[in-house]
Amino acid sequence: MNTIPVEYGLALAAILFTLGLISVLIRRNIIFMLISVEIMLNAAGLAFIVAGAHWGQADGQVMFIFIVTMAAAEVSVGLALILQIYHQLKTLDSDAANKMHG
Amino acid sequence: MELTFYITSAVAVIATLMTITRFNLVHALLYLVVSFLAIAVVFYVLGAPFIAALEIIIYAGAIVVLIIFVIMMLNLKQESVDQERKWLTVKIFIGPAVLSVILLGELAYILSTSESVFQIQPAVEAKAVGISLYSTYVIGVELSGILLMAGIVGAYHLGRQKRKVTHRFLEKEEE
Repeated sequence: MNTIPVEYGLALAAILFTLGLISVLIRRNIIFMLISVEIMLNAAGLAFIVAGAHWGQADGQVMFIFIVTMAAAEVSVGLALILQIYHQLKTLDSDAANKMHG
Repeated sequence: MELTFYITSAVAVIATLMTITRFNLVHALLYLVVSFLAIAVVFYVLGAPFIAALEIIIYAGAIVVLIIFVIMMLNLKQESVDQERKWLTVKIFIGPAVLSVILLGELAYILSTSESVFQIQPAVEAKAVGISLYSTYVIGVELSGILLMAGIVGAYHLGRQKRKVTHRFLEKEEE
């Protein structure tokens, strides 16, 4: 049975993670930053799946389920924070939220 | 059959690249969905069909829809009707459509070939994942439950709007 080299899968995960990291760094719109964090979490999960497929174990998929759970909780709280920021500051610029008084 | 993996990887990278370079949020989400679908195909090819379904249901379904709902709630009003008419042109969705057609062609190819060659890696079944999840990692499952509970409570608490009530003499924040 022919298989994909594990390096290629990990390289794909690394490329996607780097793209998400670049987007977090260059964007100032806070929703775009949240989307980029989703891309990075997804790339991390992809690395787990590739490793699990390489060793033929179920542990990688279990870890991916945990990552999905964490991503769901993170995006719900993050979107609630975005709503609050938008209602208070009337902008989605993340640099506008640099004063910590509510 | 490895060609499926490489084409899908290219689709995923291109869609992610387009996601992070769009100026319009909804266009970025369009490409983001394509990226998640491509990664789901990668999972399927790598022998994780259950995780591929989970990726589509939770990431491409729930999380993206949640972000779209918040964009709708924010109501970034910039003559939205005119803007909507302007946005609904072919050249906006031709990119995601082409990438999706590539994925659809791969799906048709996978479904049309025989049962024995449709996955490159030997599959790790959902049964093994479930057994591992509820025996070795059962404490992780419980912690995930606590995390989701905290997420629900936190999202409700943060997302609640405080209404300002002005009385004749006193001004107070109504819960």
